[in-house]
Amino acid sequence: MTQNKVSLSLRKISDSKLVFPIIALALVLIFDLIFVRGFFNIEIRDGNIYGNLIDILRSGSTVILLALGMTLVIATGGVDLSVGAVMAISASVAALMMNPYVMAKELPENLQKLVSDPNFTYAPLWAVLLVTLFISALCGLWNGLLVAYAKIQPMVATLILMIAGRGIAQLITNGIRIQIFYEPYAFIGNGWAVLPFPLYIVVVVFVLLWIFTRKTSIGLFIESVGVNARSSFFSGIDEKKIKLLAYTICGLFAGMAGILASANIKTSDANNIGAALELDAILAVVIGGTLMVGGRFSLFASVIGALVMQATTTSMYAIGVPANAVLTIKGVVVILVLLLYSEQVRNFFRRITSPKKDVAT
Amino acid sequence: MSELENEIVKMRGIYKYFPGVQALENVDFTLKKGEVHALLGENGAGKSTLIKVLTGVERPDTGTIEVEGKEVVIRSTQNAEELGISTVYQEINLCLNLTVAENIMIGRAPQKFGSLDWKATNNKARQLLKELDVDIDVTQPLGSYSVAIQQMAAIARALDVSNTKILILDEPTSSLTTHETAQLFNVMRKLKEQGVAIIFITHFLDQVYEICDKITVLRNGALVGSYIPSELPRLELIAKMIGRILNELDDMSKHKLESSQNIKSDILLEAKGLGRSGFINPFDLELHAGEVVGLAGLLGSGRTEIAQLLFGVENPDIGSIKMDGKTIEDYSPLKSIDRGLALCPEDRKAEGIVGELTVRENIILALQANRGWFKYLNTKTQNEIADKYIKLLSIATPNAEQLVKNLSGGNQQKVILARWLATNPQLLILDEPTRGIDVGTKAEIQRLVLDLAEEGKSCIFISSELEEVLRTSHRIIVLKEKEKVTEFSGEVAERKIMQSMAGSEEL
Repeated sequence: MTQNKVSLSLRKISDSKLVFPIIALALVLIFDLIFVRGFFNIEIRDGNIYGNLIDILRSGSTVILLALGMTLVIATGGVDLSVGAVMAISASVAALMMNPYVMAKELPENLQKLVSDPNFTYAPLWAVLLVTLFISALCGLWNGLLVAYAKIQPMVATLILMIAGRGIAQLITNGIRIQIFYEPYAFIGNGWAVLPFPLYIVVVVFVLLWIFTRKTSIGLFIESVGVNARSSFFSGIDEKKIKLLAYTICGLFAGMAGILASANIKTSDANNIGAALELDAILAVVIGGTLMVGGRFSLFASVIGALVMQATTTSMYAIGVPANAVLTIKGVVVILVLLLYSEQVRNFFRRITSPKKDVAT
Repeated sequence: MSELENEIVKMRGIYKYFPGVQALENVDFTLKKGEVHALLGENGAGKSTLIKVLTGVERPDTGTIEVEGKEVVIRSTQNAEELGISTVYQEINLCLNLTVAENIMIGRAPQKFGSLDWKATNNKARQLLKELDVDIDVTQPLGSYSVAIQQMAAIARALDVSNTKILILDEPTSSLTTHETAQLFNVMRKLKEQGVAIIFITHFLDQVYEICDKITVLRNGALVGSYIPSELPRLELIAKMIGRILNELDDMSKHKLESSQNIKSDILLEAKGLGRSGFINPFDLELHAGEVVGLAGLLGSGRTEIAQLLFGVENPDIGSIKMDGKTIEDYSPLKSIDRGLALCPEDRKAEGIVGELTVRENIILALQANRGWFKYLNTKTQNEIADKYIKLLSIATPNAEQLVKNLSGGNQQKVILARWLATNPQLLILDEPTRGIDVGTKAEIQRLVLDLAEEGKSCIFISSELEEVLRTSHRIIVLKEKEKVTEFSGEVAERKIMQSMAGSEEL
């Protein structure tokens, strides 16, 4: 009987969403432990902590933010391909607001100095952040309207902004890559306060989103709509509003990711910021065990999923794999993780953990 | 031929365990050539699991299966088809967006020059359906036909599997009309003459006595016994299925009589000329507190449409609803819940349950939707509500955290009932609440309806089983071809209602 209990709890663990992402992350780190000398070294300089592990967390913060928003969208049974483009839009808006003078062809002398002054910003930082996030949320709202109210298939609906978004980002800055000199803004992306500053943002945002979805009925409704939108509608859930909310949050989080990315590289690069990151975010969510058809989601599992993606990239660079090959290897890792999810492999795990029935009877 | 050679399937000592339930325990089952064999039992008795074992969907933990005298291991559904076993499942698993012909012939369509021969495919499909007395355009999407026709297509598909020796029909008649059922029975008799063995799962005991040669009863995953129908009176059969003797039906009519004195004179809900073109013709309806109104009519007569219009699933384009004297302006399920309405929808799987959510989450869903996004019920309250209704409706589940999709059909129905009872509705609309549900649960649900009426709540009861409508309803509205035909109150003869349903004076 006790053995039965043990195997039941083992089964529970093997059914839980967190197991496979954590196994995957552990495998990548074990690989590093064996093949990359000093990968786990941690250094303390000026009271700040540095090292490869910290790097994974720091570089992963953008994908984590994207994955968090994407989790909600995928849980409703949709997908948002436009998050990369929304990152570019948010970067452009922020950069323009801080330093519109960059765009002028001829500047009076008294203003010229301001262009590269690290203490100068045209709009105050709080306004920059607020407007940028507001516009990103609007982008998400737009996607949500197309999906929920115009009933356009999510992939098609968000593809529109994925393509158009980069164009919009370039229009905002008139095609110019605006360099960002304002230090406080740059600090958001590359500052350190013992740990990298983006980490604090990720933690705070994660906790807020978790409370927002799990301490209200919103998480339950998102899952319900993702599993069976019709039943949810019959039960009085406003599925359109729920979808609208999910896409809006996704846009908002893409905007945050855009701020982090542009602050880190100190430029609004409409072409390259967030390029192909939507796919990383989607994969992170899938690795986190949320089904593409919608339904159950775990924010934490998605974070782990994002870290798996980032850890793979960082380790490949650490052992000196060229950038092009990294993408291929990322693909291999994703395939391996998804294999873990396949019914066959799951059944194999179940067979290992299930009680030996024949002996008992 | 000796007795032994006649046995086409012999299952011995089948065990099957699912997390939390022993689904089958030492079950024996023998099927003979040319026999229609009823497999009966309550929900969760293990009928479906036994069928799944026989068709290769599930592997038994222990036990042996012999097909035509040879011991076999059935690994997959293809494997089963090779052995001559084909199945029509309870939930029709066809593709509604494909044509009728494609659905019937998929995977076996005749080919010409390496590509599909559409003409031959359509002809073959048409011919197969004709054998079932169904004459329709097979090039139309399956979804454009009624559930009954879809069911016939599923049967046609199963019959076409070459060398079918064993045909399994899992509740094929639950959505068929009397006429269609008769057609099906004709086909079954024809197949029987050809030596095909048929396993027939149903909840309609009349049909069992009409067509079956043998009855096997399961209860709680164990075998109760196998019987010859002529030697087993109906009451005894019911007693074997539910494990106790039923006097409940008698009690029920007394119960109903008592509750009819409870009907209040003031009107709870009043629909005037309510309709939606192409959906349901305008109708009037008055409902009093404490009253049960039954909707009778054939499949597609507009019963479900009335329910959906009242609940705000569809918006009316003419007429008005007054609730508690106030005219309703905006229609949606959410608003309706707020006004004290509840609807148990007809299609349990598509419109009722949220399969991947737990029993607890399913039960609190409508209540929570009514409370909104931010007034979230805390875990303790959720558990209390879930436990209360699991007990009240005796929902068979290991615990409240079980996923609803793992429950049997009848228990899923109870979960949906619980969902609506939890919102404490003034008017409960039940659309086919007993479809595909065993006798015991049916009686429970009917009793529950009368209990609610006694508490001063109203109920609209929709069912294709007229007997059931009669037993529960104080007043009966008859529908025909999307129109309200007439209304009966007090004691009415079944015959009279059937006449108005059919719209003819003879019968």
